Amino acid sequence: MDSNIIGHFGPYGGRFVPEALIGALDELALAHEVAAKDPIFQAELAELHKTYTGRPSIITEVKRFAECAGGARVFLKREDLNHTGSHKINNVLGQALLTKRMGKKRIIAETGAGQHGVASATAAALMGLECVVYMGEEDTKRQSLNVARMKLLGAEVVPVTQGSRTLKDAINEAMRDWVTNVETTHYLLGTVAGPHPFPTMVRDFHRIIGVEARQQMLDLLGRLPDVILACVGGGSNAIGIFHPFLDDKEVRLVGLEAGGSGLSTGLHAATISGGSPGVLHGTRSYVLQDENGQTIESHSISAGLDYPGVGPEHAYLHDIGRAEYRAITDVQAMEAFGLMCRTEGIIPAIETAHALAGAMQIGRELGPEAVLLINFSGRGDKDVQTAANYFGIPLQ
Amino acid sequence: MSTPLDTLFIKTRSENRAALIGYLPAGFPTQEGCIAALTAMVEGGVDAVEIGYPYSDPVMDGPVIQAAAETSLRNGTGAREVMQTLTAISQIAPSVLMTYWNPIERYGVDAFLAHVKRNGGSGVITPDLTVEESGAWIEASTTHETNRIYVVAPSTSPERLQLVTGATSGFVYAASLMGVTGTRTAISSSAQELVARIRAVTDLPIAVGLGVSTPEQVREVAQYADGVIVGSAFIRLLQESATLTEGIGRVRELAQQLSSGLQRS
Repeated sequence: MDSNIIGHFGPYGGRFVPEALIGALDELALAHEVAAKDPIFQAELAELHKTYTGRPSIITEVKRFAECAGGARVFLKREDLNHTGSHKINNVLGQALLTKRMGKKRIIAETGAGQHGVASATAAALMGLECVVYMGEEDTKRQSLNVARMKLLGAEVVPVTQGSRTLKDAINEAMRDWVTNVETTHYLLGTVAGPHPFPTMVRDFHRIIGVEARQQMLDLLGRLPDVILACVGGGSNAIGIFHPFLDDKEVRLVGLEAGGSGLSTGLHAATISGGSPGVLHGTRSYVLQDENGQTIESHSISAGLDYPGVGPEHAYLHDIGRAEYRAITDVQAMEAFGLMCRTEGIIPAIETAHALAGAMQIGRELGPEAVLLINFSGRGDKDVQTAANYFGIPLQ
Repeated sequence: MSTPLDTLFIKTRSENRAALIGYLPAGFPTQEGCIAALTAMVEGGVDAVEIGYPYSDPVMDGPVIQAAAETSLRNGTGAREVMQTLTAISQIAPSVLMTYWNPIERYGVDAFLAHVKRNGGSGVITPDLTVEESGAWIEASTTHETNRIYVVAPSTSPERLQLVTGATSGFVYAASLMGVTGTRTAISSSAQELVARIRAVTDLPIAVGLGVSTPEQVREVAQYADGVIVGSAFIRLLQESATLTEGIGRVRELAQQLSSGLQRS
């Protein structure tokens, strides 16, 4: 491992891709680097966030829910109120602007829960780009509402029938498309995984969550929160809120992974809690894998967390002890989901419910003095059918 | 250092012809069936063999090899079966492994190459290993005297061609087009251009792969490349045949047809 080259987080990250993609990755890294320092690009993105995304997203204190979290003070960073209903739009608008700058006319994207696919289709419609979204066939069934949304927005949705027919296979298929069409096409990757520059670039586009939240907490309380919590699949919303707090050593950073049926059952998607270092989808990080290095299929009630890899920066933050990662089971997540609906009148995405369950645990551990900030990454409209089935509510 | 693969290219260059390289994933269609089919390939005229390590997430492969890899993984193929296949085939032809990176990392870089060498392998093709991530790989392959075969593509810049071929031994794998493995009706013009660009920076043998499946295509590529790699076409014959015996017969036949077009005019 050459730690002197860019795109590494300790031993993690890097590029494990066919040589055919190196030119496009270099082009993208350069475009990102230039844009990051370009006031015109930054102003354009800021204007879009203000007038289209609806930023800054607000902070909501949830006092009734907090009673289920040991009486701690609990605050939500409301990324669910963004246009398209989750944090995903932050990254998508940034990359879509870069796509135009690179002179490409077509974007491809992978999606699990459909949130990133919807956000990509949205940005493509806004900017006049062609959009193809790869989605595991299994997920197109779990998230049929989002499939319809993408189609309404003018995107083509390609159901992927290979492998486990979920997010990891959608990424495989998107990468095959990219290798073939790289000259005209940008791969709008939706999380902080994949080869350099994706983990860094996607993080930078989501840092706005943490930057806003830090100032908002200071304005509200005159202090920083004790603990910041976020769900982790690939880890984009988590790194977005964690990153601006990395130097605030007194702030605990907690990522909540999808524990599925429980770590001991092997049926989970908790890559850091239950996996080991390896290479998947172009980056070195933690991976769910067997003794031959074959990827093990992940399991979670949440399509958006159902991924056997995780962003390399999370692997690094875990190893150096700056962030901690816990697994939340399907049952724990759905309990928190139900509580948030009934105590606060807010329906969370099932992904987000994992972070809520983590807050219930940590709030009880720390007691009423603690201040918790949860990245409320997405709203639950897309999950109504899954949740109704889970709670036994008949659908007419 | 000189591997059986190095020796082969010295020989084919002196004979003014290209080498024919055949590919199958280990464990496909079965463990024994794979060894039998590779043996038939060599009997039919294939000069060197590429044994694939089937992997769960083969992003460089088209539908044919994906399906073969899935079959192989369902058969329970792992490192042991891959090495077994290598041991058997390296006794009859120069043999290399082709594998995505994670199985190597999981096995242990040094141990992997030690076992490749011990089992008679000449080297390893690593389609998703970049030179930047190759520190331990270069060290171990030097220690164990095995060929490091990298894949370059039509999009590879002149600067990177220099960098990648500088780290390569055995041969340079030239991807004929931008895309994944699988048969194509015609060889892309980008293949010949790429080979010319590689020739400008290295004297290493160059083998062209991706999309080569017919005797006409082999004849065409053999005019300008040192090696021609055929994979999906062999796999398709095995997938389409009613019995393994029939499939193996057709594999031998195709190898015979392809090997008739290797001589340069």
